[in-house]
Amino acid sequence: MSRAYEKTFPVEGDNFDNAGTASIEIKKILKDLRIDEDVLRKTAIAVYESELNIISYARSGNITLYVDDDTINIDVEDEGPGIEDIDLAMQPGYSTATEHIRQMGFGAGMGLYNIKSCSDLFEISSTPNVGTRLKIIIKRNGR
Amino acid sequence: MKLHDVVEILDAKLLIGEDRHRELEVKTAFSADLMSDVLAFAKSGSLILTGLTTPQVVRTASILDAAALIIVRGKIPSGETLQLARELDIPVLSTRYILFETSGRLYANGIVGCVEKIGGTRDGEP
Repeated sequence: MSRAYEKTFPVEGDNFDNAGTASIEIKKILKDLRIDEDVLRKTAIAVYESELNIISYARSGNITLYVDDDTINIDVEDEGPGIEDIDLAMQPGYSTATEHIRQMGFGAGMGLYNIKSCSDLFEISSTPNVGTRLKIIIKRNGR
Repeated sequence: MKLHDVVEILDAKLLIGEDRHRELEVKTAFSADLMSDVLAFAKSGSLILTGLTTPQVVRTASILDAAALIIVRGKIPSGETLQLARELDIPVLSTRYILFETSGRLYANGIVGCVEKIGGTRDGEP
């Protein structure tokens, strides 16, 4: 592939019925771009966790996928409560999920940690009462 | 073993996957009711054993390229969940065995965990 690919997917907060649809579409796009299987799986997990975070905690958000010859870039930004203590939120098992989120099997406090594990570069910034941004880069040729 | 053998061992109902169960080869599995943990620890190509029946279970399986979903404790997913599984081509089985029995019966027949323990895997990956 020589041309870069870019697309933004809007995600609506609290819409659990559609949770995962953006991620499955992104996975299909990457599959069509013939991304390596392991890279594809890591990207799909990172995007899915990001999508679930927007739906679980924010009012709305956008996931932007940008693919060039070397990397897969995922920018996530949401409008919502933001995160007070990012270090705490990154800890595996720490969660502020509601009972509703937990009943669906999510909100176990693994999301951000899992996104980081799947990424080659992971940056998070957040402003309380404004929103949260994630920058995720995954190398196309693995590690 | 084939998914068809899994159906036999678990005395299960094959709800989705009639076209593939005789060919689909399975070797590993992951059991959990926490989709967060499935996402964090399961590997592609594995059976996912769970008692949850929401559409998110199917989407999680699809994201991971899971081989099939095995719904335990006799639960039958809603039509919506099954329709999504059909669309995303994820075979779904329902067994009346509890999660412990389901895992044990598969293990006794040669299926192993897709990860043996956290911080170490069967195939030596980091």
